[in-house]
Amino acid sequence: MENRIDMKEKIAAMKPSAVWSEAGDGMFRVPATSFRSLAEKLRHEEGFDFLRSLTGMDWGEEGLGCVYHLENTSTGENVVLAAIDPDRENAGIPSVHDLWKGADFNEREAYDFFGIKFLGHPDLRRLFLRDDWKGHPLRKDYDSSLNPLNMENEETSNDAPSYEMTKDGSYILKRHPLFEDQEYVINIGPQHPATHGVLRFLVSLEGETIKKIDVHSGYIHRGIEKLCESLTYPQTLGFTDRLDYLGAMQNRHALCACIEKAMGLEVSERIQCIRTIMDELQRIDSHLLFVSCLCQDMGALTVFFFGFRDREKVLDILEQTTGGRLIQTYNTIGGVQADIHPEFVKKVKEFIKYMRPKLNEYHEVFTGNVIARQRLIGTGVLSREDAISFGATGGTGRASGWACDVRKRHPYAMYGKVDFKEIVLHNGDCFDRYMVRMLEIEQSLNIIEQLIDNIPEGEWQMKVKPVIKLPEGSWYTAVEGSRGEFGVYIESRGDKSPYRMKFRSTGLPLVSCIDTISRNAKIADLIAIGGTLDYVVPDIDR
Amino acid sequence: MMKRNVNIKSMKYEDFNDNEYIEQMLKELRDNGTNVVVGCLDDVIEWGRSNSLWPLTFATSCCGIEFMAIGAARHDFARFGFEVARSSPRQADFIMVAGTITHKMAPVLKRLYDQMADPKYVIATGGCAISGGPFKKSYHVVDGVDKIIPVDVYIPGCPPRPEAMLYGLMQLQRKVKAQRFLGGLNKGISEKEYERLMREDTNKAEDYSEYDESGLA
Amino acid sequence: MFDFGIVTNWIHTQLTSVMPDGLAIFLECLMIGICLLLLYVIIAIIMIYMERKVCAAFQCRLGPTRVGPWGSIQVICDVFKMLTKEIITIRHSDKFLYNLAPYMVILASVMAFACIPISRGMEILDFNVGILFFMAASSIGIVGILLAGWSSNSKYSLIGAMRSGAQMISYELSVGLSILTIVVLTDTMQFSEIVMRQADGWFIFKGHIPAVIAFVIYLIAGNAEVNRGPFDLPEAESELTAGYHTEYSGMHFGLFYVAEFVNLFIISGIAATIFLGGWMPLHIPGWDGFNAVMDWIPGFIWFFAKAFFIVWLLMWIKWTFPRLRIDQILTLEWKYLVPIGLLNLLLMVIVVVFKLHF
Repeated sequence: MENRIDMKEKIAAMKPSAVWSEAGDGMFRVPATSFRSLAEKLRHEEGFDFLRSLTGMDWGEEGLGCVYHLENTSTGENVVLAAIDPDRENAGIPSVHDLWKGADFNEREAYDFFGIKFLGHPDLRRLFLRDDWKGHPLRKDYDSSLNPLNMENEETSNDAPSYEMTKDGSYILKRHPLFEDQEYVINIGPQHPATHGVLRFLVSLEGETIKKIDVHSGYIHRGIEKLCESLTYPQTLGFTDRLDYLGAMQNRHALCACIEKAMGLEVSERIQCIRTIMDELQRIDSHLLFVSCLCQDMGALTVFFFGFRDREKVLDILEQTTGGRLIQTYNTIGGVQADIHPEFVKKVKEFIKYMRPKLNEYHEVFTGNVIARQRLIGTGVLSREDAISFGATGGTGRASGWACDVRKRHPYAMYGKVDFKEIVLHNGDCFDRYMVRMLEIEQSLNIIEQLIDNIPEGEWQMKVKPVIKLPEGSWYTAVEGSRGEFGVYIESRGDKSPYRMKFRSTGLPLVSCIDTISRNAKIADLIAIGGTLDYVVPDIDR
Repeated sequence: MMKRNVNIKSMKYEDFNDNEYIEQMLKELRDNGTNVVVGCLDDVIEWGRSNSLWPLTFATSCCGIEFMAIGAARHDFARFGFEVARSSPRQADFIMVAGTITHKMAPVLKRLYDQMADPKYVIATGGCAISGGPFKKSYHVVDGVDKIIPVDVYIPGCPPRPEAMLYGLMQLQRKVKAQRFLGGLNKGISEKEYERLMREDTNKAEDYSEYDESGLA
Repeated sequence: MFDFGIVTNWIHTQLTSVMPDGLAIFLECLMIGICLLLLYVIIAIIMIYMERKVCAAFQCRLGPTRVGPWGSIQVICDVFKMLTKEIITIRHSDKFLYNLAPYMVILASVMAFACIPISRGMEILDFNVGILFFMAASSIGIVGILLAGWSSNSKYSLIGAMRSGAQMISYELSVGLSILTIVVLTDTMQFSEIVMRQADGWFIFKGHIPAVIAFVIYLIAGNAEVNRGPFDLPEAESELTAGYHTEYSGMHFGLFYVAEFVNLFIISGIAATIFLGGWMPLHIPGWDGFNAVMDWIPGFIWFFAKAFFIVWLLMWIKWTFPRLRIDQILTLEWKYLVPIGLLNLLLMVIVVVFKLHF
């Protein structure tokens, strides 16, 4: 947030009604009525083209609203806006889905959780909860007894509501059909081998060609954000591992870093270094699983087993130090759970030596295969503009030519000090998305290689008070997760538990762009696209 | 005819933790007694069924990755004959509920279970499926799949290690071996009751006729 | 070399000596039918076991090990399981066709299976248009698959069936063309005769270039014909859950499952018969001693060795290659295989007319 001072003056000049509030990272508070014009100006004149995160908020007496984290991808400037509507019963905020495509799903999420009506949003259905759910669970006044377990099958409604505001301040509800009667709609998921969990697509087909996809998620929505509000900070750590279980280390790293930032705690070099190595090991693990699953989806089962064979080696190393295979619960506030195992360095070096030649095996069996190339090259092209607009970070964004690596954009831990290449490819098709991950495994090995011999001496757990309380304010910290930018937004009111904790899902933007990139593709392409986007469903649903 | 003790190859009987449960089942069988021919036939069928349990590829979250890991090279549940994971519930023998079941997923899971062909089994894998695990207090999580469908084996852990899953699968094998296929004992409810329930279910389901057309598999 | 015809003739004379001709023939038909079905089941069991072991070997796994030595009776367990599993009837399905479909598939498979000559004198259906009959019988399977997809009232099944219809009918062409290439070389359509003509060298050697091309086309098209990877679109697990048999359970599903594996064997068996000499041992003209030694090995061993070698080849391909897309499958067939097949046929005619073959 380097250039915040300049932007501060600019925004104050643009919109006098925007109030700067200093606590934490600082943000501009804008009334809902004047938010839209400010957003338009920031998007079109100042070039804030990347909506990092959109957080629905319940500020109690002050009303409901949203927090927008914006970034200008060419200059790296960041700005945080908050739009507030004091009317709790009928909160309405103008939609920005046309400025940032990624806002589409995020606004549906905020509507689902808080009941904020986004004016002008074309499809304001619930995103995660059932259509017949009563109330909005993340509001502070939500009564959980309203919704007992309902075993009736859910009716899939075929119309999308949208809200518009009249001059006198009341809303008009309009409904648009999603699919025509004549369309041949098939249902993929929630239990389907290719959706990588419980995601559901309604696919309209013409022959084998896809005309439209409607994504239904929420089948594994566990309400983690709400749960966090009733737990102390150290207790919340347990959930991040279970969000994106293939990025357990990085997720927890983000949360710990965010809390440490809010506490003003600087961790030792040793901790930074251990965290970096662990993050990269986790990334290798995740990318290997990505390759395995992609190949399995495409029918090349042998590579699936190769991937799992090599993945077990990573898990062995992780397990020796952390005690967990998949969910390590290793990072803590101000350090790590335990010092590295005495054999850690030796094992990691052995692994690096083992892994490099094995990568060629994958290239021989899969990358070079004619059928694989035929199916991946040119399918599911995501343009650079779309990638930024949707906020599709990680390997997907980098395959589209967008250098979106948080490790380079906002270096954290040891990433500023090690030498590695950010892999950026330019075609944006499935093959590039696959190659980015393959090449990133090599880069991760490079990073580990540079650090593994130079782990500095020092303490592995800083002194932290037994009861952690954060000062008032709000903070956002992002790390490069296995599949994109994983961010944590904490709003604190000075308590020992957060007032609001939001996780920027890495998968939600990826899923939101699936309709755009798979139109006019075949069903088989949808599988390849889903495989290469590499989303993890519990991370989308949270 | 005496029903013999159930044995799992290269595992000692004492190595299993909850033998009382199996012994209870066996005792029930022995008390009722059976004819030699039926008993022998039963033994052969149970032997076949217990060694050919095909899972449904079903996973909702973290445990699903470990479920994949037991299929993969190091742990390889193909050794037990479990590897033919079917994607269609009609062809699967047991469903491994790997991961959290939420309110939105619960009717879907029930439906999957109903779509499976008898005899079918359920394994609840991991804390979430057993009791809701770390998400027990959430507004959208079912605290335990046994509230929705009958569970045969519970595998605790978060997520359970692959070894634990294999142990759980062996427990399921033992349970299958201690059952009686012909005659319907050990089923929990009587044959007549079962028939009645099935019929009721069918009649009720007629009301959802339009659902069948929607192609939800 | 041992002629199996001696055994069948002996049985025939023994039977006719105690009963009238009609009854004897009826009894023989019954015996042959039972033997055929038994052999069919045994081949299916061996194939399924082989598939599981071979794929495990490719994937650094062990495969079944717990039941019997090296897990060898694993498949028997599966059979017991399948037999005792409930057969679900689907509401709003066409019940008659739904129940008929698996039997159509298995019927086609058994009829095609009966065409394969296993050893000298050991062929069940052997007449002068054997190849024509084989092609006709094996294509009934498509009808079964289409019926299965249509009658189960599920969209996945329907898409799977339509894919399979498009794919199998297309690839039948290439299978036909490559077999026709050999028919041109041999000027007979009788399987036993085709095998006999290979006594002085297998056709893949005798017909040299066109025969090799035809062999490769036959393997590709045959693989597609039986819906095996990389052409397993009709039942593509990750796309259509289980394709045309999504809604089938119990033994009905078992029939599809068995037919798939035996069809693979049939395709390999036919490939072995018309290209690799069937049960005919390896003969090299001029090397009489060598030929005599080869003749000591019984014919059925030659046949099964060749057939299972091709099965192994196809399994290798299946477990390594990713799946094709439907448009790529049809492009491959109509734009490449059919034109190449036609040209190859022409080439073979030239070879035969100018006596360029060995």
